[in-house]
Amino acid sequence: MLDIFSIPLPALFGQLLLGLINGAFYAMLSLGLAVIFGMLNVINFTHGAQYMLGAFAAWLMLTNLDIPFWAALVLAPLIVGLFGVLIERFLLKRIYHLDHLYGFLLTFGLALVIEGLFRWRWGSSGAPYPSPIPGGYNLGFMFLPAYRGFVVLAALVICLATWYGIERTRLGAYLRAATENPTLVRAFGINVPRLITLTYGLGVALAALAGVLAAPIQQVSALMGSNLVLVVFAVVVIGGMGSIMGSILTGFGLGLVEGLTKVVYPPASNTVIFVVMAIVLLVKPAGLFGQSK
Amino acid sequence: MIEPLLKVEGLQAWYGESHVLHGVDFQIAPGELVTLLGRNGAGRTTTLRSIMGIVGKRTGSVRFDGQETVGRPSNRIARLGIAYCPEERGIFSSLDVEENLMLPPVVKPGGMSVEEIYGLFPNLKERRHSQGTKLSGGEQQMLAIGRILRTGASLVLLDEPTEGLAPVIVQRIGEIIRTLKQRGFTILLVEQNFRFAATVADRHYVMEDGRVVDMIAAADVDASVDKLQHYLGV
Repeated sequence: MLDIFSIPLPALFGQLLLGLINGAFYAMLSLGLAVIFGMLNVINFTHGAQYMLGAFAAWLMLTNLDIPFWAALVLAPLIVGLFGVLIERFLLKRIYHLDHLYGFLLTFGLALVIEGLFRWRWGSSGAPYPSPIPGGYNLGFMFLPAYRGFVVLAALVICLATWYGIERTRLGAYLRAATENPTLVRAFGINVPRLITLTYGLGVALAALAGVLAAPIQQVSALMGSNLVLVVFAVVVIGGMGSIMGSILTGFGLGLVEGLTKVVYPPASNTVIFVVMAIVLLVKPAGLFGQSK
Repeated sequence: MIEPLLKVEGLQAWYGESHVLHGVDFQIAPGELVTLLGRNGAGRTTTLRSIMGIVGKRTGSVRFDGQETVGRPSNRIARLGIAYCPEERGIFSSLDVEENLMLPPVVKPGGMSVEEIYGLFPNLKERRHSQGTKLSGGEQQMLAIGRILRTGASLVLLDEPTEGLAPVIVQRIGEIIRTLKQRGFTILLVEQNFRFAATVADRHYVMEDGRVVDMIAAADVDASVDKLQHYLGV
C-alpha cells in the first residue's frame, strides 16, 4: 500500500531526496552568482569551472597528499577563492566600465580554458571520490545515505550563513550599499575596489565549497561544472538577481520540482526547469523574488 | 590669520569630455560655515564632488588640513575627515534606517554618538527599522545628514539640504545646521534657497560658469542685495 497515484513511496521519496540534493547545489551556486552579479555587474560564467576546481582540488589533495575530505572542505575553497581574487585583480577589473557582453565573453572564455586544461591533463571520464561518511539510515519509507543527508544539511547551513553575512552584518551592509551606489560608499571612506575583490573571492570560494561537497556524490571530472551551470543560470533567472533568500528558496524549490518530475514523467525532468524559466519570464520578467527597476 | 581648514586653488574638473570647473578658488577657516551660491549649472555641486574626488578628472589644488587631496581616491579623502551629503541624499533602499545611519565608517575620534544623533532626529529613532527609502523626504534628508555626523569628520559638505522640502522642515534643517556649527563642525553648504542660506552662513561665495566670482560676508549681505539678485537671476 506504500504508494500515491500508483507511485511507490520509496521511489517518490528517493527522487525527492535526489531533488533536494540537486537543489542544495543549485542554491549554493546561484547564491554566489547573484552576489557576484550584484556587486561586479558581471555574469560569472566561470562559476561552473570554479565549482569543478573545488572538487578537483579536494580530489588532488586526497590522492596526492592524503589530505582528508574535512580538511579539503576548508582548504579547497581557500585556494580556489584566492585564484578568484587573482582573476578579479588582473582580468575582471579591466572590464567593469564596458558592456555586460565583455564580462560574459571573458568569464565564458576563462571557463573554456580552465576546463580544457583539466580535460587535457586528466581526461573527461571522471574519477571517484570515496564517501567520507559511508553507510546510511533506513527510515522505513526509504534509505537515506548518510553523506547525502549531510550534504543537504551542510548546504542549508552554508546558505543561511551567507544570507546572515549579507543581510545582518556590517560587512554585508557595505556590500548591499556598494551594490546600490558604489561611488557614494567609496566617498564615505570604504575601499570599494577591495570590497569588490573580496566579494568575487567569496563567491568563487562558495562555488568551490559546493564542488568539494559534490565530489563524493558525482564523478570528479573536468566537465562536471559546465553541465550544472546552465541549470544554475536558469535558477538565477527564475529567482531574480536581487534577492539572496530568493536564490536559496528557488534553488531548493527547483531541485524538488525536478525530482518530482522524475517520478511523474521522467523524460521531462531535464527540461522542466527551463519550462518554468520560460513561464516565469513571461509572467514576472524580473524573477520570482527580483525587483523590477 | 588662521590657517584655513580647506583651501581650494585653481580647481578644474571634467565629466568625461565636458569641462565643468575652470579654476575655482576659495577657502574656509575651521568652524566656519560658508555657502556656495549661484545659478543652476554654475558648478557648485561639481565643486563639492571635486573636493570629494568623485568627478571624472580634476586638476589644481584642494588642501585639507594642510594635505593635498588631488590625486587621492575618494575613500582616502574621506578618511582625512571630510564627509559628504549628496543632493540626491543617497539613502540606500536595501538598508534599514539604522543600517544607513551606521554605514559610514568612523574616520576620526570625536564624532557624535548614535544617541546624540537620535536626540537631534527623534523621528529617525522611531523609524530605525524601516527601509531607508520608505522615509519621507525630510526624514531622508535628516538621515543623510545624521549619518555623516558619527564619523568624526570635521568638514561637512552639504548639497542643497533644503531642496524640495516643506517650510517647517527647512526651518528644522536650519536649526540643525546651526547646532552643528555650534558643535564646531566646519560646513560648506550649497544652497539654492538664498534666504535660507543667509540665516546660517558666515560668508557666501558666488559661482558663475565654473569659477568663484565674488565673496560676500554675512554682514554685507543687506548692502549687496542688488548684486546678489543679479548673480542669482532672481
